Amino acid sequence: MPEQASGRIVGVDVGGTFTDLVLLDTNTGGVRLAKVPSTTDNQAYGVLAALKEAEVDLENVDLIIHGTTTTTNAVLERKLSKTGMITTQGFRDVLELGRRTRPQAYGMKGVFEPIIPRNLRLEAPERMDSSGKVLTPLDEDAVRAATRRLLDAGCESLVIHFLHAYANPEHELRAAEIVREIWPNDYITTGHSLLSESREFERGVTAAVNASVQPLLERYIHRLVDELKTQGYAGELLVMNGNGGMVSSGLVANEAAKTVMSGPASGVMAAAFTGKGAGLRNLISYDMGGTSTDVALIRDAEPSVSSEIEIEYAMPIHVPMVDVRTVGAGGGSIARVNSAGLLEVGPESAGAMPGPICYGRGGARPTISDANLLLGRLDPSKLKSVEGGVSVAAIKEIFQKELGDLLGLDAIEAAAAVIRIANTRMAGAIRMVSVSLGMDPRDFTLFAFGGAGPLHAAALARELAIPRVLVPSRPGITNALGCLVADLRHDFTNTINQPLHLVDIDALHAIIAGHIADGEAMVAKQRVDVGSIRRLYSVDMQFAGQSHLIRVDIDTPKPDREMLRQLFEEAYYRRFRVELSQIRANLVNINTSVIGARGAVDLSRLIEPAGRKASLEEAMMTTRPVRFDDGFHDTPVYWRDHLPAGFSLEGPAIIQQMDTTVLVEPGDQADGDPVGNIIVTVRQVQ
Amino acid sequence: MTLDPITLGVIQAGLQQVCDEMDLSFSRAAFSPVIAEANDRSDGIYSAKDGSLIAQGAGGLPVFVGAMQYSTRTLIEMIREGRALPPEPEDIYIVNDPYLGGTHLMDVRFAKPYYRDGEIFCWLSNTGHWPDTGGSVPGGFSASATAVEQEGLRLPPVKLFKKGRMDEEIYAIICSNIRVADQRIGDVKAQAAALAKGAERLDALLDRYGDDTVREAIGELRHRANTQMRACIAMIPDGVYESTAWVDSDGVVDEPLAINLAITKTGDELDFDFSKSSPPCIGPMNSVLATTLSSVYLAMRHIFPEVPISAGAFEPLKVRRPEGTFLDAHYPRPVSGCAAEVSQRIAEAVFAALVTALPDRVTAAPAGTSGNFALGGHDPDRDRDFVMYQLSGGGYGGNADHDGLANGCSTIGISKAPPVEIMEQVFPVLYHRYALREGSGGAGKHRGGFGLEYQLELRRGDARASFVMDHGRYGPQGALGGADGARNEVTVWQNGRAHTPPHLSKEQDIAMGAGDHVLVRTPGGGGYGDPFERDPEAVLKDVLLERYTCDQARDLFGVAISGDPGEIDAAETTRLRQSR
Repeated sequence: MPEQASGRIVGVDVGGTFTDLVLLDTNTGGVRLAKVPSTTDNQAYGVLAALKEAEVDLENVDLIIHGTTTTTNAVLERKLSKTGMITTQGFRDVLELGRRTRPQAYGMKGVFEPIIPRNLRLEAPERMDSSGKVLTPLDEDAVRAATRRLLDAGCESLVIHFLHAYANPEHELRAAEIVREIWPNDYITTGHSLLSESREFERGVTAAVNASVQPLLERYIHRLVDELKTQGYAGELLVMNGNGGMVSSGLVANEAAKTVMSGPASGVMAAAFTGKGAGLRNLISYDMGGTSTDVALIRDAEPSVSSEIEIEYAMPIHVPMVDVRTVGAGGGSIARVNSAGLLEVGPESAGAMPGPICYGRGGARPTISDANLLLGRLDPSKLKSVEGGVSVAAIKEIFQKELGDLLGLDAIEAAAAVIRIANTRMAGAIRMVSVSLGMDPRDFTLFAFGGAGPLHAAALARELAIPRVLVPSRPGITNALGCLVADLRHDFTNTINQPLHLVDIDALHAIIAGHIADGEAMVAKQRVDVGSIRRLYSVDMQFAGQSHLIRVDIDTPKPDREMLRQLFEEAYYRRFRVELSQIRANLVNINTSVIGARGAVDLSRLIEPAGRKASLEEAMMTTRPVRFDDGFHDTPVYWRDHLPAGFSLEGPAIIQQMDTTVLVEPGDQADGDPVGNIIVTVRQVQ
Repeated sequence: MTLDPITLGVIQAGLQQVCDEMDLSFSRAAFSPVIAEANDRSDGIYSAKDGSLIAQGAGGLPVFVGAMQYSTRTLIEMIREGRALPPEPEDIYIVNDPYLGGTHLMDVRFAKPYYRDGEIFCWLSNTGHWPDTGGSVPGGFSASATAVEQEGLRLPPVKLFKKGRMDEEIYAIICSNIRVADQRIGDVKAQAAALAKGAERLDALLDRYGDDTVREAIGELRHRANTQMRACIAMIPDGVYESTAWVDSDGVVDEPLAINLAITKTGDELDFDFSKSSPPCIGPMNSVLATTLSSVYLAMRHIFPEVPISAGAFEPLKVRRPEGTFLDAHYPRPVSGCAAEVSQRIAEAVFAALVTALPDRVTAAPAGTSGNFALGGHDPDRDRDFVMYQLSGGGYGGNADHDGLANGCSTIGISKAPPVEIMEQVFPVLYHRYALREGSGGAGKHRGGFGLEYQLELRRGDARASFVMDHGRYGPQGALGGADGARNEVTVWQNGRAHTPPHLSKEQDIAMGAGDHVLVRTPGGGGYGDPFERDPEAVLKDVLLERYTCDQARDLFGVAISGDPGEIDAAETTRLRQSR
C-alpha cells in the first residue's frame, strides 16, 4: 500500500476558458475549489486569482501541481519563439515537404506553414548512413557559420537535426557542442534527444516544436514560481506532461514538447484515478465541452499512451502522450439542414463568441446547447439571469425557421432531432476510437465530464451498448483533479526492429534494466515524496512484412521469447480474428515507463458530506417538463450536493450542480457511491 | 415517404460506420504496405439488384470511388447469365480483370453476398492493391507492355472462398504466378476479415432498425444524394465547357495522347463527352471504362466534397461511353497506367473545363502524376533481390482562396510518402537531396504549389530503373490567366553521363551500377489568376524564402526586388506591371 500523501496539496489547471483549482488537506480530507476565467496573455494571473478565490494560504501549502496550455496555445496560434535549424546538406526542406499529404481526402485545397520558415533552415555538410556509419564527416566550420547566421537573424532557439541521428548521434552531439560555444542561451534541441526513432519528418517536427516553445515555457514557469515565492510559497511546483505524469518545474522546459498535449491528459488521469477508486478499471473518458469532445481509453486503470499524435494537420509530436482523440461536436456545434434535406450537426461551431443562442451574446444559429434547453434538459429559468437575455420563444422560433420548417417538424421535434443526430455521430466516433485500439466499447464504462458530457453520456452509452456511466463528483474541475492525483512518470522507448527469433533476449533484458535505472534516477532527482515505484513494460510487434504495430503489455522486465510470441499472437487474434502462425513475428520497440506513484488521496469530501440531505424529497428542488424519446415527462430536478449519500433513483431525473447537469433518462437508474460519484446503469435497447 | 428524416440520418451514419470499420480493419491487418500505409484500398456496400453503390468507406482511395459499383454490377450480370457460379452464404469471389469493371491488375477485388433470411440483401466488396500480380515487371507498372498478358495474372470472378472455406487450389494457382507470394496469405485473410467485419456490423444495424426500414432508407438516401448533386450542378451556368489535357506518351510510341472533353450543362445535369480523344494506344496508358467513369466521379467529388459518395450522386453525371478512344480500352490493350496516371489526367480535364464556371471551387491543375520510380536489383551485401518504389508528390494548383500546396499526394490517392530514412534502411540507396523544387509553382495571383526534387545514388550492386510518370511534355495547366506549373524531369547518370528518357517521363529497365544517380524533379501546380495581380508582399516573401529568384519575381510576377535583404521597389514594380 502506498503511504498517505501528506499535507496540503493544490492542483491547478488552466483550460481554454477557465482556470480550475482544487486544494486538498490530506490530514483532514477537507477540500476547497475555485473556478476563475483563464488569462491568456499570462496564465499565471489566472492561477493566482484561483488561489485567491479559494483563499489558499500559500505559506501552508506543501505542493502545487500545475497543468498549463501555454505551449499548446503557442503551437496552435503559431506564437512561437523564433527558431532556427541546422540540418544535413540536401535536406533543409524536410519540415516543409512533410509526408506528401493533403488536409482532406477530397478537395484539392489546403494550406500548410512549416513550423520553422525556410530561410531559417540552414544546411551543413555531414552524413551518416542508416547503420550510423559516417559517410561525410561533420563540417564544423559550416556549423559555426550557420549558427552565426541564425543568431544574426534573431533566433532565440536552435534545432540540430541530422539524418539517421537515431542510429548514431555523434554529429548532433558535436554540433551541439560547437553551437554552445556561440549561442547565448541553453535553448538548443538535438533531434535524437526527444525521439530516437527513424522518420526524419516526425523527429524533426518534434524537435522543432520543442525548441520553439522552450523559451516561452521557461519564462512562464519562472514568472509563476517567482510570484508564488513572493506570496510565501516554499514548496515544489510540479508541471503536468502530456504523458499524464508530472515533472518538476526546473526540468520541464528541457522537454517542453511533452507539455503540448497536457491539458486533455490531466482529465484522463483523473478519470483513471476516480474509476479505480470506484472499482471500474476499464473506462472510456468522454469530455464534452463548448467546442469539442475529447475521448480516451483507459484499460485496467492505465490510460492508453501513444507516441504518434498529430496536434493538427501535418504537425506530429512523437513523444509518449495520453492518447486523447478529438471527435467533434461540442455544446456550441451548429445544426443545419443540408441541400439533401438531411440534418447535420457540426463541424461548424458557434464557439464561445457569439456562442449558442441561449448565451444571449448575439448567437442566432441553432446549437446543441440550445436544443438541450428547448427540451428542458438545461434549465430554461437560467436564461433570465443572462444579460441581454434571450427568451425560450425566440430560440423556438429560430429552430422552427432554420430546421423545423425544412424537416417537416415542430421546433421541439427539431431540437430532439439535433440531439439524436449529434449523439449518433459522437457514438460512431467513439466507437472508431475504441475499435482502432482493438477494443469493444461494451467492455467499458463511460466516464462523463466536461460541461456537457453528463447530459449526453447515457444516450451515447445506450447507442454503444455500454452498460454504465460514471459521473464524478465534480465533472467541471476534472482536469485540476487530474493534476492533484498525477504521478511522476518517465517513458523510454528503444527500437529493436528484428525478427523475434533473432532478438538477443539478454540484450533486451539489459535495455529494460537500463530504462528502469534511468527512470528511477530521474524520479529520485525531484523533490517529491513518492510512495512507491511502479513500472510498466510493453513491446510493439508486427508480423514480418506488416507496417502497423500492435502493442503488447508484458508483466515482467525479463520476458522470454516464447512468452512474447504467444502474447503477440493472442493479441493479434483478439484484434483481427486472424491466425497467422505461418508468418514470423518482428519485435519493433521495447517500452518502459517508470512511475513514481504519489500517496493515495481521499477525495470523498469533494462533495461536502455535511451538506447532504437525509432523503431524496429534501434534495429535490423542483420539477420541470423534460422531453425524452417518448415525449415530455414532468421530471424531478435534484441539487447534487443535497443528494443523500448512497442514494438510488430511477429516471427520469435531472441532477443539477454548479458546473454541469446530469440527465437520467427514463428506465435508467442512478446510484450514489460512497465517495460521491454517480453510477448510471443504462437500460439497453433490445 | 414514411421514413422520418431523423431515422434516415441515423441509418445513413450507420451505413457509413459499417464501411469505415471495414476500411480500418483491412488497413490494420494488411501486409501490403500499399494497403496498410498508403490506404490503397476501399470497402463498400452495393445493391443486390444491380451492384449500385450504397455506401463507401470515407478513407477509401478516391480512384475506387465509382469503379467498384461497376465491377459488382458486372459480377451480378455474369452470375445471372451463368458465366460465374451462383452465390452461396459465406462465399467470396475474387476478381481483378480490368475489362470487367476494374482498374489495373494489381487492384484485387473481393465480393461477398450478404444474406438476410436466405436472400441476398446486398453485396459487400473491397479492393486492395497487391504489391505484385505477376507479369513482366515486379509490381506490375510496366512502361512498355503492349498486351495485358505482359502485365500480370488476370482473374475472372471465381470463388476464392466457398461457404467460408478458402479454395486452396485457386490460391495455389495465384501464388505460383505472383512475386513475394509468401506474404499474400496475410493480405487475403485481412481482406476477407474486413468483409466479415462489415457483415457483423450490418447485422447489428439491420437487427436494430429492421430490414424493411433500412431498405427504404437506402432508396431514399440514393434519391437524396441525386437531388443534392443536382443542386450543386445547378450552380453552374448552362453552356458547353471544353478542355484538353495531355498524356506525354503511351510509353511505346512517343506521341502525346489527347483527352478532349466537352461538358454540356443543361438544367441540373452534366454531360461528359470524351469522344474526340485519342484512339486506343499501343502502350499501357489505356483506360478501361470503369476507371474513366471513376475518374470523372472523383474529380466531381473534389469539386463538391459535401455530397456523400453513393450511386445517387453519380446519376446526374452522364458520361457517354467514349468508344474508339484510349479511355475505353478493350482486351487485350495494356492498362497498367490507367489508375495511376490517365485517371489523374481525366480529372485535370474536368477541372480545366469547369474552373471558369466554378472559379471559387475548382483549382488550377495539380501535379497530377503518381511519379512512379521503381528500382529493382540485387543487393550484394545482403545477398538478396529487392524492388523499391518511390512514388512522389507534386505541387497543387492555385485556387481562389490560397496558393497551391507543396508536395501534395496524387489527385487519386491519399497516401503518405515513406521517409528517406526508412528507404535507406531497406534498400541500397543513398539520397543526396530531398528538397522543395524551387521556382516550379506556376505563376499566378495565387501561385501553384512547389514540386519535389530528389537525387539518389545506387550504393552497391546492379539494378534497373523504370519510370512511369507524366507531365514531362507539358506542365500542369494554369487557370484564369495563371501560368502552367513546371514539367516533370528525369535524369539518370550512368558512369557520370546524363541520360534523359526519350519519352521524358516513361522508360523501362535503365541499367544502373553502383555510384550511378537518379534525379527526379516533379511538377509544380498550375497558377491561378493573373500573376501581375499577385500581392507584391507575397512575391517578396517567396523570394526571401528562396522559392523564386529576384529575376523570376520580375519576369513572372512583375515585382522588382532589390537590396539585401530584399525589399520591394514600388516605383519599378508599378512600371513593370503597367508596361506589360
